[in-house]
Amino acid sequence: MSDVQTYPVTVTVNGKKIQRFVESRTLLIHFLREELNLTGSHIGCETSHCGACTVEIDGTSVKSCTMFAVQANGAVVNTVEGLANSDGTLHALQEGFRQMHGLQCGFCTPGMLMRAKVLLSENPDPTEEEIRHGIAGNLCRCTGYQNIVKAIQYAAAKLNGRTYQEAAE
Amino acid sequence: MIPGQFVYHRPASIAEAVAVLAAHGDEARPLSGGHSLIPMMKLRMATPEHLVDLAGISELKGISQQGQTIVIGAMTTQADLIKSDLLASALPIIRETSLQIADPQIRTKGTIGGNVANGDPGNDMPGLMQCLGATYHLSGASGERTVAARDFYQGAYFTSLDVGEILTSISIPVPPAGHGYAYEKLKRKIGDYATAATAVILTMADGKVATCSIALTNVSSTPLFAEEAAQLCLGTSLDAATLKAAGEAAKSISDPAADGRGTAEYRREMAGVVTARALAKAASRAMKGA
Ligand SMILES: Cc1cc2nc3c(=O)[nH]c(=O)nc-3n(C[C@H](O)[C@H](O)[C@H](O)COP(=O)(O)OP(=O)(O)OC[C@H]3O[C@@H](n4cnc5c(N)ncnc54)[C@H](O)[C@@H]3O)c2cc1C
Ligand code: FES
Ligand code: FES
Repeated sequence: MSDVQTYPVTVTVNGKKIQRFVESRTLLIHFLREELNLTGSHIGCETSHCGACTVEIDGTSVKSCTMFAVQANGAVVNTVEGLANSDGTLHALQEGFRQMHGLQCGFCTPGMLMRAKVLLSENPDPTEEEIRHGIAGNLCRCTGYQNIVKAIQYAAAKLNGRTYQEAAE
Repeated sequence: MIPGQFVYHRPASIAEAVAVLAAHGDEARPLSGGHSLIPMMKLRMATPEHLVDLAGISELKGISQQGQTIVIGAMTTQADLIKSDLLASALPIIRETSLQIADPQIRTKGTIGGNVANGDPGNDMPGLMQCLGATYHLSGASGERTVAARDFYQGAYFTSLDVGEILTSISIPVPPAGHGYAYEKLKRKIGDYATAATAVILTMADGKVATCSIALTNVSSTPLFAEEAAQLCLGTSLDAATLKAAGEAAKSISDPAADGRGTAEYRREMAGVVTARALAKAASRAMKGA
């Protein structure tokens, strides 16, 4: 098809304003990965189940495989590429995942990090149960979740000015 | 898995949306949260040529109370329902149900309007709306009309919505303060549709059930308003025999399909179990509230 209609999209991605023309059917995850070369957000299932494609849109968590790029017109989108602090040091969540071994193969990690970021902005000091419910839309096939929960607890402690104390088993 | 081509429309008012839908007939569909429609489009089970995105229509959003009625705009997301203080105090069963739908990301996008208009028997809101006696407000090229949730569902993906009509809001009578409520959903894992689920709203007076409403999710091609099961509870203290009888009445109207969640027999049995559980929980909450 030579004359496929395209639509103007203006989005702020990781603080940078971006304008592009997209086909209506372009999913946001493909726009991020293929158009903007932001391959941090992963495609796991393409069926809205795994959460590997989770990004932050206007302060909320969205599975970017289940949204058209045109729907994001005007939105502020943050991906894992924009998570580190502006001085280049790791975000508390990234540090938590590293310190607490919150990843093994790392495939789920970008989605977990971006989901956890919004979770902590809505609930800065979640209980373990609240963390588990909060990441219920993100699947991890490696860690068994235990260390992911600890990593998020580590980040919550750090962001609240405390040092993380692992609970006695 | 990329959907087929379509023309994207983003109207700013209900009137404009209705006009675009009318211009394209059954080749056009409304798009709300997209969390039922986009997966269907990826599988090419839905191939609309025009999508009318309702996200830009501010009059479709919000939750308000008008006298003894709560009005919820169609584009109110499941996450908004969970956050609403008004709903938490007046209609806590909506929060309880919303929290059992899908997962946090999906609830961020999924709307109440899309959930009730979709017509998938697995959706949780239609049964709840039948239990609450809700009314749907529809708007189309030939004007506005209302349809009771209890009359809206005709078969799987087959509702009273006419081609080109959109559901604009839902109005719900506020149950009396101190009412008991429960949404009991049996599911295999978070993010799964119900093996069987039951919504209950009841009031108690002097330890006996004074009013009772029951509806079932995903045990037939439509949600089921379980009138006989509710009748059996009236005037009782919901003793074990009554719970069993109400469960049997719920089972007798259930006609689930066998699927990955279990055989038809198992799922029908579970309709009875979740109904008895929901009644018991609602009664204990009503006692506490009194
Ligand atoms: C992994 C996964 C798990 C899920 N689990 C559950 C679950 O447990 N329980 C549950 O209830 N749901 C579940 N859902 C579905 C989810 O809640 C959907 O968001 C919801 O069913 C549809 O709402 P929507 O706003 O996304 O609608 P859309 O997907 O945008 O639309 C759905 C359909 O309704 C039509 N429509 C939408 N809005 C209107 C309107 N205002 N007027 C007229 N027609 C309209 C559309 O044209 C389309 O045909 C799940 C979804 C996923 C992806
Ligand atoms: S790729 Fe989006 S949820 Fe799995
Ligand atoms: S670390 Fe491998 S899937 Fe989570």
